Amino acid sequence: MSQYETVIGLEVHVELATKTKIFCSCPTDFGSAPNTNVCPVCLAMPGTLPVLNKKAVEYAIKAALALNCPIPSYAKFDRKNYFYPDLPKAYQISQYDLPLAVNGYLEIECDGVKRRIGINRVHLEEDAGKLVHSEFGDYSLADYNRGGVPLIEIVTEPDLRSPVEAKAFLEKLKSIMLYTGVSDVKMEEGSLRCDANISLRPAGADYFGVRTEIKNMNSFRAVQRGLEYEEQRHLEILSAGGELVQETRRWDEDKGVTYAMRSKEEAEDYRYFPDPDLVPVIVDEAWVEEIRKSLPEMPEERRQRYMAEWGLSSYDAEVITASKAMADFFEAVMADYHDAKTAANWMMGEIAKHLNAAGIEINESRLTPAHLLELLKLVDEGTISGKIAKTVFAEVFASGKMPAEIVKEKGLVQITDEDAIAAIVDRVIKENPKPVTDYREGKAKALGFLVGQVMKLSRGKANPELANRLLRERLDSQQD
Amino acid sequence: MKITQEEVAHVAMLARLELSAKEKEEIAGQLNDILEYVDKLNRLDTTDVPPTMHVLPLVNVFREDEPRPCLPREEVLANAPEVEDGMFRIPPVIE
Ligand SMILES: [Zn+2]
Repeated sequence: MSQYETVIGLEVHVELATKTKIFCSCPTDFGSAPNTNVCPVCLAMPGTLPVLNKKAVEYAIKAALALNCPIPSYAKFDRKNYFYPDLPKAYQISQYDLPLAVNGYLEIECDGVKRRIGINRVHLEEDAGKLVHSEFGDYSLADYNRGGVPLIEIVTEPDLRSPVEAKAFLEKLKSIMLYTGVSDVKMEEGSLRCDANISLRPAGADYFGVRTEIKNMNSFRAVQRGLEYEEQRHLEILSAGGELVQETRRWDEDKGVTYAMRSKEEAEDYRYFPDPDLVPVIVDEAWVEEIRKSLPEMPEERRQRYMAEWGLSSYDAEVITASKAMADFFEAVMADYHDAKTAANWMMGEIAKHLNAAGIEINESRLTPAHLLELLKLVDEGTISGKIAKTVFAEVFASGKMPAEIVKEKGLVQITDEDAIAAIVDRVIKENPKPVTDYREGKAKALGFLVGQVMKLSRGKANPELANRLLRERLDSQQD
Repeated sequence: MKITQEEVAHVAMLARLELSAKEKEEIAGQLNDILEYVDKLNRLDTTDVPPTMHVLPLVNVFREDEPRPCLPREEVLANAPEVEDGMFRIPPVIE
């Protein structure tokens, strides 16, 4: 790749978490029966008029502020005209030359390098309906529930330089959308969708190469893979002295390839014009400030605070603040706990492990800060060992029961009674003459084996430090 | 500025209109008359006139984000030529 430089720009659509659609009062609930969240306005019945949802404007401005965009004082809506059956009006209400926000940026970190990615614009538009295609492709079915759900389209500058950076950008963007609360960002429900433009140019050139647009990438991982595939394809064509065609290509997740979409006979011509049904939106300084004040503490600020307040490492603080739900959980635990490092290790270790395995976010799990607090206290008080705590946690995660209850039910209380452990220790010494001799002859490793035997006989419940001490005392004194 | 019959054909295609050769010629003439009329405005000095995006003297007309009842599905689909599983059945769409 040294000869060429990769240039990537993204177009991201994010569904806003309003209760109702952008131009009518239909609910935006996901998963309703087909065509039950529709009305004459979003079905484009003649004689109906759209009325703008104020919350959608506020969410869009909030997102734009979080992306460091200045907010122009005047915005308007335009009609984007094209025929497609998911669009009952035969035009989509969008924003053309005067969008809600322009010229922002988002800072990303990739392989330890911080980079600022320009945001060209953030505009508000309506989503289209959903089409279902019949098995044999002989007809299609249209469901307009999603038609009219508010979207923001975020367009980046062509500032990304690798597929990995593109993925890092999307992860950061998702985190910011979740922090601001403007969207629940569920890719599987289509509330975040991404198209990408990619081109290659000789390293250091000040012009752009021929670009292709990639569609149908349904996960962050797919975006990275799709871009990697296209990057390689461009490289091979250019290296062989060939010429690229500017076109739109579709990512095939199963085959791991992109292929050219059937090109239209004529270039896209949307004939945008101002929508006469919608009056301009004037955003004055006072409104912007009011929305700015409603912005929560963003990931970067939180990261700094966790380092200063609780002494977390930059890495730990970064991992925990990447998700607002995780950071909120962590803060709730720390309100009643003293050891940030231990709590952080649990968040990034067991908790993250179980969440990943289940494929859910912490706020979708049964876990509450009270669960973790009780578990940490059980370990701190010596009631259970750290190892048993992991077993208990798995049960907490699965059942939502309180840790103390599980410990009691399963009889997992740590044995801290010296006499009880001493009895096990004596038995282990008696039953393992070889390791005992080895230890006495200076093979320190043999002690580990003997401690392991004590733990095994006690079914993991012996206090390991106590077992260790009692074993050593006996082995060092009784030279029988 | 002169509108050609090719341009009329292009715009007609975008609007999914089928025009005969005679209609294309006729419409090209009509569009040229309209554009000529509009062209008169270009002769005016509009340096200090803000562009008119909208003719209504209104801005910031909003609704609150409160759900209201939707149209019953029988009514939604009442005029659909074909229905299947609560959806509008339409000719096949291929991407
Ligand atoms: Zn509606």
